[in-house]
Amino acid sequence: MSVLTNNLDLFLRAFGQTLQLFAISGVLSLLLGTLLAALRVSPVPVFRAVGAAYVTVLRNTPLTLVFVFFLFGYPLLEIVKIEPYTAAVVALSLYTAAFVCEVVRSGINTVPVGQAEASRALGLTFVQMLGNVVLPQALRSVVPPMTSTMIALLKNTTVASGFAVFQAGTIRDSLSEQGENVLLGLLWVAIGFVILVMPLTYVQQTFEKRWSVAR
Amino acid sequence: MSMVLFDVPGPKARVRHKIMAVVGVAALVAALAYVVMRFIATDQFSSRRLDWINYKQIQLSLVEAIGNTLSAFAVGAVLALLFGAVFAAARLSDHAWVRGPAAVVVEIFRAIPLVVMMFFFYYGLPVAGVKLSAFTAVVVSLMLYNGSVLAEIFRAGINSLPKGQSEAAYALGMRKTQVMTLVLLPQALRSMMPTIISQLVVLLKDTALGFLITFEELLRWGTRIGGDAVNFGRPMISVMIVVALIYIGLCLLLTWFANYLEKRNRRSKKVIHTDDDEAGQTQVAESSAVMGAGSVL
Repeated sequence: MSVLTNNLDLFLRAFGQTLQLFAISGVLSLLLGTLLAALRVSPVPVFRAVGAAYVTVLRNTPLTLVFVFFLFGYPLLEIVKIEPYTAAVVALSLYTAAFVCEVVRSGINTVPVGQAEASRALGLTFVQMLGNVVLPQALRSVVPPMTSTMIALLKNTTVASGFAVFQAGTIRDSLSEQGENVLLGLLWVAIGFVILVMPLTYVQQTFEKRWSVAR
Repeated sequence: MSMVLFDVPGPKARVRHKIMAVVGVAALVAALAYVVMRFIATDQFSSRRLDWINYKQIQLSLVEAIGNTLSAFAVGAVLALLFGAVFAAARLSDHAWVRGPAAVVVEIFRAIPLVVMMFFFYYGLPVAGVKLSAFTAVVVSLMLYNGSVLAEIFRAGINSLPKGQSEAAYALGMRKTQVMTLVLLPQALRSMMPTIISQLVVLLKDTALGFLITFEELLRWGTRIGGDAVNFGRPMISVMIVVALIYIGLCLLLTWFANYLEKRNRRSKKVIHTDDDEAGQTQVAESSAVMGAGSVL
């Protein structure tokens, strides 16, 4: 317990940074991912191919490799200098966007074909159809898997520990510098993540139960 | 579905789509051209920076690095599947004193980031006098994390079967174990296969986290060669492209295997379908597709 109480300031700052990383890259990946999903269902075949290529490449690349590329490789190209923190946000967002895209797309695919056909027959415009008919129904099947994507993002922020970006994963470095007990410190970090993730899991399960409507 | 979102394009729409396609491709080509230009401007593909490919020792160390990645994957996958099977069985148990603790273990290991687990086993345990090699730390963490995810996949697969299956089996006088092994598992395994394989793809990608605890796998090899400023002038970009291609190749191979299984699975339905059945089947397929996409991270 003394490891936690003596370094409470360090723990709070580190988890604050983790949450900040999570929030920024979460919003960015949601935006980019939805855009990619729009590309993947668009009527223009080239756009569909681009979306599919992006998702295939990013989903099959380890996140650590994306990090290595943006933190070790990108500076060699001498385009615009970016801070390690920004690079971490970029890597996390680009990686997670591929998964968000797939969740949104398969959500749209769960809406029965008849729904879109019926709204077209009623003369709704494309925007009306998506906004009033398809997306509200898709949302139900999107929220649970989207929550697990976001939980994964929260946990993935710790990958930044290998790249000198201060967050909960780097608490170990600070503790070992001060000669504190690393074992207990890491246990507290683990408990911290359990505390952060459990409510999200609970929300996900609640939605899953409440919204699992038989179609 | 995506084709139903819009009408079949008429002449005007087709022209519009063509214009959009041209503009989109132009933008993409411009972006790619800029990146390639930066590659050339900073001389990433000079002969000095590609020289590393020619050294026999480096080639051998690459093979060794791939071997390390694959052996961590193989051992981790087997252990994770075992762990998953045991804990799924425990969570499906009739006894609350087995179910409860198993649920707690699975939920906790799913919530802890893999990196923290690896740090715990590699940097934390030596404090308590237990020293693990980097390989062991990676494999144990992969087992605990992916094992508990797999446990949930197994459990969801068994639970998604119609209740009538187990009821009928019990009515025939089968024991609990018989119901599970003879009736439920064979059916559930079929529908779970794609999800299991995609979780194994995740496991393969997660071996790259061994990089953070100095496990000599493919990515670590890449940063070592790529950071070599003395002999090759930091060929990070070219090395990383090779490493990425290897990872993508390995993962696609596994994904392709999953798709192959799914197709074969769909073909060999030896039962007569009623309309009612069909609706249920597609529902399960759709929900598992969403689940698969969500769990692949």
